[in-house]
Amino acid sequence: MTEPLQIEMGLAIAAEGLRKSFPGVRAPDIRAVDGLSFNVRAGEIFGLVGPDGAGKTTTLRMLAGIMPPEAGSAVVAGRDVLRDPERAKHWLGYMPQRFGLYEDLTVDENIRFYADLFGVRGKERAPRSTQLLAAAGMSEFRARRAGNLSGGMKQKLGLVCALIHRPTVILLDEPTTGVDPVSRRDFWRILYELAAEGVAILTSTAYLDEAERCHRVALMNRGRLLFCDTPANLKSQFGKDVLSVTSPEPQRLRSHLERAGGVSSFVLTGDGVHLVVDQAARRIPEFEARLEIDHVPFDNIQQVEPTIEDLFIDAVAGEEELNARD
Amino acid sequence: MHATETSVVMENLVKRFGSFVAVDRLNLSVRKGEVFGFLGPNGAGKSTTIRMLCGLLRPTSGRASVAGYDVARDPEAVRQNIGYMSQKFSLYNDLKVIENLRLFAGLYSVTGKLAGERIAWALEMADLNGREQRITGTLPGGWKQRLALGCAVLHRPPIIFLDEPTSGVDPISRRRFWDLIHQMAEQGVTVFVTTHYMEEAEYCNRLALIFRGRIVALGTPSELKRNSMKGELLLVECEPLGRALEALQSAPGVMDVAVFGNALHLSVEDAASSAPRIDAFLRQCGLTPGKIEKIRPTLEDAFVSLTTTGPAAEARTQ
Amino acid sequence: MSLTRLIAIARKEVLHIVRDARSLGIVIVMPVTLMLLFGYGVNLDLKGMPVYVYDQEGSQQSQDLLKHFQSSQYFHVARVVDSYSAVSRALDDGSARMAIVIPWNFSLQLGAGRPVTVQALVDATDDNTANVLIGYAQAVVQGYSSQIQLDWLRQRGIAAETSPVSVQTRTWYNENLESSVFIIPGVLALVMSVIGAFLTSLTIAREWERGTMEQLISTPVTAMEIMLGKLAPYFVIGMFDVAVCAFIAIAWFKVPFRGSFAALTFSSALFLVVVLALGFYISVIAKNQFTASQIALLVNFLPAFLLSGFLFAIEQMPVALQWITRILPARYYVSVLKKIFLKGTPTAMLSADLVPLAVFAALLAIVATRSFHKRLE
Repeated sequence: MTEPLQIEMGLAIAAEGLRKSFPGVRAPDIRAVDGLSFNVRAGEIFGLVGPDGAGKTTTLRMLAGIMPPEAGSAVVAGRDVLRDPERAKHWLGYMPQRFGLYEDLTVDENIRFYADLFGVRGKERAPRSTQLLAAAGMSEFRARRAGNLSGGMKQKLGLVCALIHRPTVILLDEPTTGVDPVSRRDFWRILYELAAEGVAILTSTAYLDEAERCHRVALMNRGRLLFCDTPANLKSQFGKDVLSVTSPEPQRLRSHLERAGGVSSFVLTGDGVHLVVDQAARRIPEFEARLEIDHVPFDNIQQVEPTIEDLFIDAVAGEEELNARD
Repeated sequence: MHATETSVVMENLVKRFGSFVAVDRLNLSVRKGEVFGFLGPNGAGKSTTIRMLCGLLRPTSGRASVAGYDVARDPEAVRQNIGYMSQKFSLYNDLKVIENLRLFAGLYSVTGKLAGERIAWALEMADLNGREQRITGTLPGGWKQRLALGCAVLHRPPIIFLDEPTSGVDPISRRRFWDLIHQMAEQGVTVFVTTHYMEEAEYCNRLALIFRGRIVALGTPSELKRNSMKGELLLVECEPLGRALEALQSAPGVMDVAVFGNALHLSVEDAASSAPRIDAFLRQCGLTPGKIEKIRPTLEDAFVSLTTTGPAAEARTQ
Repeated sequence: MSLTRLIAIARKEVLHIVRDARSLGIVIVMPVTLMLLFGYGVNLDLKGMPVYVYDQEGSQQSQDLLKHFQSSQYFHVARVVDSYSAVSRALDDGSARMAIVIPWNFSLQLGAGRPVTVQALVDATDDNTANVLIGYAQAVVQGYSSQIQLDWLRQRGIAAETSPVSVQTRTWYNENLESSVFIIPGVLALVMSVIGAFLTSLTIAREWERGTMEQLISTPVTAMEIMLGKLAPYFVIGMFDVAVCAFIAIAWFKVPFRGSFAALTFSSALFLVVVLALGFYISVIAKNQFTASQIALLVNFLPAFLLSGFLFAIEQMPVALQWITRILPARYYVSVLKKIFLKGTPTAMLSADLVPLAVFAALLAIVATRSFHKRLE
């Protein structure tokens, strides 16, 4: 095996200018991925975040070597995935969005199958699978058919099969969609342990709040990168403040605050409102006064930390409307 | 709080499949005009409950009434008074927008002039004017959502059931969708939402957290976040994170510690008093802590807290 | 090529087959069912055809003629009626395939040395059967007629023998002229086609449909390993079914087996390669199981059934169809089977069939191999 090329730079994934289009059905061609460039370091959990249709799955498939891009380059685990995908696959673990294992095979049989495909010999496979299953809390389900596992367990099994050969890079496509919150925690605990061991993890999610769990995130929309940084940096660079107001009559809050000066985004939640303003210090007393004058009941107005969703919506708001009018 | 009309009532509702209890004595009443969320992981019993409320499944025991009609005795009356929207299964992708609308108008027996008015209203609400001839399958997710909603309410039902309504839809479309829902609620429509996505629950006036067929918590989103957590949450930044994690696992007063992104989340009794203690503890271990601050728990934190301590937790290890 | 990976794919395929009741049914129950179905159910022989008789005279001589009909194994005199309306009713509702009407002046004419006509009314809805019945009836009457002629000649003092020219037939290969013997060897071709049509064609399509293909191709396993690994179990199953069917044919139906088992094995293996490669190719181009099975039915199974010569003789088909059968691998396999079972043709002389079969096998194997790519799109 040739030496990994990028190891001195510590870059586990280096994507440059990736592009992929799909022929449209009774519609113009869709640019699924449009000039995407980003890096992931060893031991980093990198989140590819964005709504459905943003191009996350296509990007992961290109990096996994199962879908050739139209343009651009990608080096994964030190190997050029575009020119020699088969070579790279020995060091990659991939977990597709849809459960990719065999429902009529047991947990053990699935693991054995993938171990064989990756050339993991029996002597090594047994202890490794025991260890992985224990970490996933699935030790007592070895003989159960994969089809009879709960959603959370299926996802964990998918992760185990992607890890059986000790890859240096793992690519996960929305691994926690539909998974119950407790299993989601188990899952992330495993990911953090892997990262601590130096594995590079690229994971995609449509849940913007899950981005907070990653070391770095890249927000995607319509095939393009919007931002790429740590969640903390992204928030501190936001430049706007976020307020939360609770009230027993949220609808009345809306009519009074929605078009108030300084409000750039407004959303009604079940028990109040959540707004993005230019300056909290200035607007809080303004709004308090306004609401009191009109006798609109409210509990308090607090400044809260912006969520990734706030950032996303702020960046994308105008663009969505334009793109929709086709 | 004065009593307003109740729209949906469940009394000791039970559904058993063989020996498996899918829904275990649910007691709940939802007010008219309320946006009520039924939150829980897949397999918790949400879909089963919804099917009973829609008159599609007979309860094993207990009662439920929707819009004043008993679901077991008058399922047809129930179905005429509800609208049901399921994100994945509502629309026919190979029909045009207008064809879907006409189909659903027919299915709900909305005919003639009324049908024309309602269809016009639905197109306006969904912002699909001028796009009636488009094939439904070619619409982006957000549009399809609103169209599905329009189709579900052509007959102006007093109650609508939304099943995972915005999973997979971009955040802007999701907000627009929920704006529509809130407008309908203001006009007196009761909205019953089921979701496993905790963040969607924030849009509801009240929530019931379902786990293994039982309600484990009930209240407004804020109440749930406040009252369901055992203790409070601290965010701790400290390099190197791995060593801090190890150290804090045995720290006094720390109930639980987990990695979250580039920091740690700690469960403690009281945040205010714990913060300086944790700081001192870490320095004692030779580490340099950065930010230590109290953070608001999310609904997910609440859910995990409720289902991993107490009797529900026993049931979880299955 | 990694043997470990290939075996892993093969092992998984076996588990799928064993755990799916339907595929297990096809492997075990289908061959036996088809053998029994065609062995017993399809009978092209005509025996004991129901015949009604309307004897207008009722004399000793007419009875004599009737006895000739009764003693023939091809006819079964079901009823004697006494009117034309009864005759036409019987032919209408199918209680009789044929009716014999003996005229009122039968013995009168014969006694006076004059010829007489016997009427045979035949239900010709099935014209094949009708032709055969007419032939048999004529033969019976001819025989009786010759007898009468001899009597006449003897009465005039001429000593004569039976007919001057006679035909002595010896049937080779299928002594009892049983159609089951003719059909059963061909059933093997049908069984192989079902394995190829239904089982193999599902294999790749199923992985696409269930979403497992995406994960599979993200591993280092090669396309060739996937193909060979998936087809190996079906090859073993196919050969096993050949053995089972051959056993049933020989031991149960007593079909003669005059050729060599080696030739049977070799030709079956060749045909199996053809059928598996075709099934695999169909599975690759059809993205879901339903489409795959439809295509397989049309392209693999139906031609094997209708045009391979297994049931309907190729020589009887219109010339255009005969030319089409030349590009049907099943045709060559059926031909080989009949030669091996019934004729005992030495292997060297089987090349007229084996060579085309080998060519098809090579061609389809190449097509199948090149069709499958480890790519999503």
